[in-house]
Amino acid sequence: MKHIISPTDLTVTELSELLDLAEEIIREPKKYSDVCRGKKLATLFFEPSTRTRLSFEAAMLNLGGNILGFSSADSSSAAKGESIADTIRVISSYADICAIRHPKEGAPFVASVHSTIPVINAGDGGHNHPTQTFTDLLTIKNLKGRLDNLCVGFCGDLKFGRTVHSLINALARYDNIKFILISPDELRVPTYIRKEVLEANQIEYQEVRNLEESMPELDLLYMTRVQKERFFNEEDYVRLKDTYILDTKKMSYAKQDMLVLHPLPRVNEISTEVDDDPRAVYFKQAEYGVYVRMALIMKLLELEE
Amino acid sequence: MLNIGVLNQGIVIDHIKAGGAMKIYTYLNLENLDCSVAIIKNAKSNFMGKKDIIKIEGTLDGINLDMLGALDHKITINIIENGVIIEKKNPDLPKTVTNILKCKNPRCITSVEQGIPHTFKLTDRENGVYRCVYCEQAFERR
Repeated sequence: MKHIISPTDLTVTELSELLDLAEEIIREPKKYSDVCRGKKLATLFFEPSTRTRLSFEAAMLNLGGNILGFSSADSSSAAKGESIADTIRVISSYADICAIRHPKEGAPFVASVHSTIPVINAGDGGHNHPTQTFTDLLTIKNLKGRLDNLCVGFCGDLKFGRTVHSLINALARYDNIKFILISPDELRVPTYIRKEVLEANQIEYQEVRNLEESMPELDLLYMTRVQKERFFNEEDYVRLKDTYILDTKKMSYAKQDMLVLHPLPRVNEISTEVDDDPRAVYFKQAEYGVYVRMALIMKLLELEE
Repeated sequence: MLNIGVLNQGIVIDHIKAGGAMKIYTYLNLENLDCSVAIIKNAKSNFMGKKDIIKIEGTLDGINLDMLGALDHKITINIIENGVIIEKKNPDLPKTVTNILKCKNPRCITSVEQGIPHTFKLTDRENGVYRCVYCEQAFERR
């Protein structure tokens, strides 16, 4: 039995198999519409996240399975003080697989230690969110046709954005990847990502402040939101939140086949005028999130045959 | 320099980062020993500027001194017999340590969930970096 706690819990080979299955589901969704009949997915959301929860639930329903769960700690036994370990021991007897989101970092790992069913981390605080990374990788693979030989720009909050850290970690395992890290000084990628991931693996990267100048070089641009909840000081948030706004003028500097990704929700960092540009694939990316979760559920339940 | 006296039989833990002696004292449960224990804080050091030293007159049976590497990877352990150093070693860095280091990240699950072991993994041997297995935050030695 396998759990998915971190994006690197899957080897490059396993990841390739997962993405192949997701692409097969995209091609022939009907073929998979009943493979999870009689199976139940528990969505244990100790903090609200409508998008991720609905994506997991849609994935299980698309596979013909059933869902149960809760969407906030208030409506769970956690409000009575129950530990994660006890909660998962009980849920293990109700469901076949579970997706867990928790505000505390490492909570899904604790659950996996005590669980008798596969546990998927659906986001633990500012730490990991592996299915978002798998979604990003499926989007890139399906629309670019490859995960290697790419110049990838990350723009915005590169300090607190866990999706950025996870995707850098995941892409660092492929050949000939170059990163251009575009952020204000205050929101640079943390030192440990530079030292332990980029420099340790001798991966080419640049840190720059200017988005326009980087645009012509990029194969992918991963935009991120500056998250208010990560700041202790409102003044800093207000000062930094609109540092980068992607608009049609900036898009005019980009390659014709560059893709713009964003984990959503978007606020001001991508002007709505960009939405009509065929290179803006962030809504398509959300759709891919369902397919990759379908593939992951099948893999973890060992239903692929 | 303060003179504590020469040990005839025992252990000297030297080159402890200044201010770190009490953590090692606590980990080794030295308060339970019946023998003499000296803690020297902020001793002058040519290499470190300041350092702490612990001198123990006696043996520490059953304690894995290599675990001390997780607390302070630069320490030296001197084993003394008949007034001379018979063994001098720098503890190796254990790959994992449990309930020796404590995660200080307030967002970590260990800050709220009772009864789970505080486990750290060695992620950078050269710099002696340990990360919490739950939240992956590096342990910061002060």
